[in-house]
Amino acid sequence: MEGAMRSDDKVCTETGIESSSRGPGCSLRHFACEQNLLSRPDGSAAFLQGDTSVLAGVYGPAEVKVSKEIFNKATLEVILRPKIGLPGVAEKSRERLIRNTCQAVVLGALHPRTSITVVLQVVSDAGSLLACCLNAACMALVDAGVPMRALFCGVTCALDSDGTLVLDPTAKQEKEARAVLTFALDSVDRKLLMSTTKGLYSDAELQQCLAAAQTASQHVFRFYRESLQRRYSKS
Amino acid sequence: MAEPALVASESLAGCRARAARTVLGQVVLPGEELLLPEQEETDGPGFAGERPLRLNAGIRTRLRVVCGPGLRRSGDRLLVTKCGRLRHKASGCGSSGGIYWVDSQQKRYVPVKGDHVIGIVTAKSGDIFKVDVGGSEPASLSYLAFEGATKRNRPNVQVGDLIYGQFVVANKDMEPEMVCIDSCGRANGMGVIGQDGLLFKVTLGLIRKLLAPDCEIIQEVGKLYPLEIVFGMNGRIWVKAKTIQQTLILANILEACEHMTADQRKQIFARLAES
Repeated sequence: MEGAMRSDDKVCTETGIESSSRGPGCSLRHFACEQNLLSRPDGSAAFLQGDTSVLAGVYGPAEVKVSKEIFNKATLEVILRPKIGLPGVAEKSRERLIRNTCQAVVLGALHPRTSITVVLQVVSDAGSLLACCLNAACMALVDAGVPMRALFCGVTCALDSDGTLVLDPTAKQEKEARAVLTFALDSVDRKLLMSTTKGLYSDAELQQCLAAAQTASQHVFRFYRESLQRRYSKS
Repeated sequence: MAEPALVASESLAGCRARAARTVLGQVVLPGEELLLPEQEETDGPGFAGERPLRLNAGIRTRLRVVCGPGLRRSGDRLLVTKCGRLRHKASGCGSSGGIYWVDSQQKRYVPVKGDHVIGIVTAKSGDIFKVDVGGSEPASLSYLAFEGATKRNRPNVQVGDLIYGQFVVANKDMEPEMVCIDSCGRANGMGVIGQDGLLFKVTLGLIRKLLAPDCEIIQEVGKLYPLEIVFGMNGRIWVKAKTIQQTLILANILEACEHMTADQRKQIFARLAES
């Protein structure tokens, strides 16, 4: 936690990009994002949602192994590294979800026979990890200049036992929740790109969560815009 | 990359689309839609209902607009695919036509036909050299593509040498091909880059900034020390001055130029000129 606090301070002082904390109108935790902080990858981003923090690096369009080469589009690869230990089944499953989301927006046909690799490192997990990973991946892809059809963002909703909806839950809220739903939405039509759910919920609740996620996505996209404008104001 | 197309004025523009003219120089994001000036007249927010009848409608509807890097067409719509500042260059004859592109700060180079780049020879196989230019695959360079080279008179190129050349073939489906001669068969500054010197990498945006015709950095740097310098559009700079110390100073100045304003640069150059 100590490390997370420190990196949070650093981001705020260096770039000063921060959305408002949980308050009226916006029920998301506060965001922070820093782009282009790593020198070796072609694009990189650190994304913070409350105490959850993910570091992403993007390599591409780069050379591809012959065995993975696709003749008419780019090979997209996502690697998710947990904070401690080796990646397990849960990480592999998340990798797949993120890869499918990225594949939907990245214009891979413009760079056939190349590879685009997204490496995500979990710095600290305090709930809504998948959503934070998606946001970090999107910002890193934008930073790398990979051609995209639209931007995307991840939003997590939690439903607790009495049916109250919590957006962007913390780890504690996720644990106590009856159901946790994560959606990926695109910026053009605000349509669903990916959804993954855990727990019991009714049809009406799913629709309610999706509507809440769509509203929340506007805040995320507005934050993306501010963050990118800040980055380009330096030059 | 560039894709010329003729634009018709009829278009079903989305409600969120912004006029290209109003966002020039501003940051655009992937997925945004832009309206060209002639579309904004007919489909813009101020217009409702039927279109006024124009006598010379035929002339107005055909304008040549070129999509540069970071933009793509989908039907009649102009969509952004990269994040960066929107730029426009008017064509010589047309009023609202011309080239639109997105100026982004990326590090990875994608070969473009006609670009001058610095490459490193990685392999020699038969009559071609493989040159690493920082793209997704190495470029090929024929041994005959040097000034004065014949079948008997081979150029002296070793693995590890630096090459300054130009792309003659560069598209997404083919292996890029470089040459070190222009269309008249002259070297014109291209070829193997001499010994010593320092090669370093910067972002592609900085290279474009340094090579812009109105950029004062090169003149200022030239006043400090006598130097030899080569800029590759692939983000590589080779620099050589009299001593290693001077070379390193020059490299550091150029790297630092990226995130400085014109005033800050002026101060730095003034301070260096004193010392």
